[in-house]
Amino acid sequence: MLSNTEKELIVQIWDTMIPVAEDIGSEALLRMFTTFPKTKTYFSHLDISPNSDHLRCHGKKIVQALAEGARNISTLATTLAPLSRFHAYLLRIHPTNFKLLNHCILVTLACHMGDNFTPVAHAAIDKFLSAFSAVLAEKFR
Amino acid sequence: MVEWSDSERKTIASVWGKINVGEIGPQSLARLLIVYPWTQRYFGTFGDLSNAAAIQGNPKVAAHGKTVLNALDKAVKNLDNIKATYAQLSLLHFEKLNVDPGNFKLLANCLTIVAATAFGPAFTPAVQATWQKLLSVVVSALSSRYY
Ligand code: HEM
Ligand code: HEM
Ligand code: HEM
Repeated sequence: MLSNTEKELIVQIWDTMIPVAEDIGSEALLRMFTTFPKTKTYFSHLDISPNSDHLRCHGKKIVQALAEGARNISTLATTLAPLSRFHAYLLRIHPTNFKLLNHCILVTLACHMGDNFTPVAHAAIDKFLSAFSAVLAEKFR
Repeated sequence: MVEWSDSERKTIASVWGKINVGEIGPQSLARLLIVYPWTQRYFGTFGDLSNAAAIQGNPKVAAHGKTVLNALDKAVKNLDNIKATYAQLSLLHFEKLNVDPGNFKLLANCLTIVAATAFGPAFTPAVQATWQKLLSVVVSALSSRYY
């Protein structure tokens, strides 16, 4: 459950990431591929070397999707239905991978925000990412 | 047996050398209790844990955070023998403290995120990967004596 203060904090944090969406998103992906190499298996059709166009482009899409989700937090399930169908029926991502990406998104935010990534912000974003991935994975069941 | 390359050993020594145990330890334990509130069940004797500010200002949380991070020093100094190094500590968490080992990983993740806030861009993806390899060996060692 997210409080109103947490919801505002989440929107605010993702809005500040929009101008640097490519950097943030591609860094989170690169962290996931480096720390959890098995996640690369889903991206064999793309060039995922550091700073590649694919990586930057895909990173940007992820951050934009998260910011969009943050603005529609009370209707996540309907807002994300197309993205959920895509991850479940077309991409068929094993659900454990969402936790790995979520963790790497948190680490990326922590590196960029430093002390501004307070425990309260950390808790809010962690809950938001769990809710977001639960929706992306729910069509499996 | 876990294998460590020379460059992994160097990275671990360098990261550990820069970690301020008195800051990172308390912050990591505080985050564990704030982000994953169910972990508070083990710290009933620690006094006020009712909100984020109380947890961050709680001297017992700070002291214990330091204790935990000092225990990590043993892993860093015994990279080739982490499982045996933590045998007693694992038994203690199982038999006496009754800690669900699923929580070890959550503390490890909080520690990684606190390190990221402290190091900033110097905490590169490669450094993160090596650091988390260390923590995952620690987590499995601490879970290894549950029976
Ligand atoms: C917070 C979690 C995630 C978000 C917000 C997210 C978001 C997105 C978005 C917006 C797209 C583009 C969809 C389109 O082009 O219409 C996408 C595609 C994709 N996602 Fe995710 N995703 C997440 C988690 C994951 C995870 C955990 C994996 C696998 C480890 C994954 C693998 C992929 C792949 C392989 C594609 C297709 C890439 C391509 O061919 O261009 N996603 N994702
Ligand atoms: C399908 C999931 C579960 C259901 C439907 C369920 C249901 C219940 C119910 C009806 C009670 C009795 C409550 C009362 O006395 O008023 C109870 C108590 C309890 N449950 Fe669960 N439970 C579930 C999962 C779990 C799990 C996964 C654990 C921990 C591993 C757990 C640990 C406990 C404990 C420790 C008690 C108190 C027992 C006592 O002191 O008498 N439960 N649960
Ligand atoms: C990296 C993981 C961890 C390490 C290295 C670690 C290390 C330690 C150490 C060195 C002690 C002191 C033992 C003694 O007094 O001899 C301790 C105590 C304790 N640990 Fe852990 N621990 C870890 C994770 C956890 C987690 C995740 C929990 C629960 C969520 C936990 C709960 C406790 C409790 C309740 C005590 C006793 C505290 C007291 O009353 O003083 N530990 N731990």
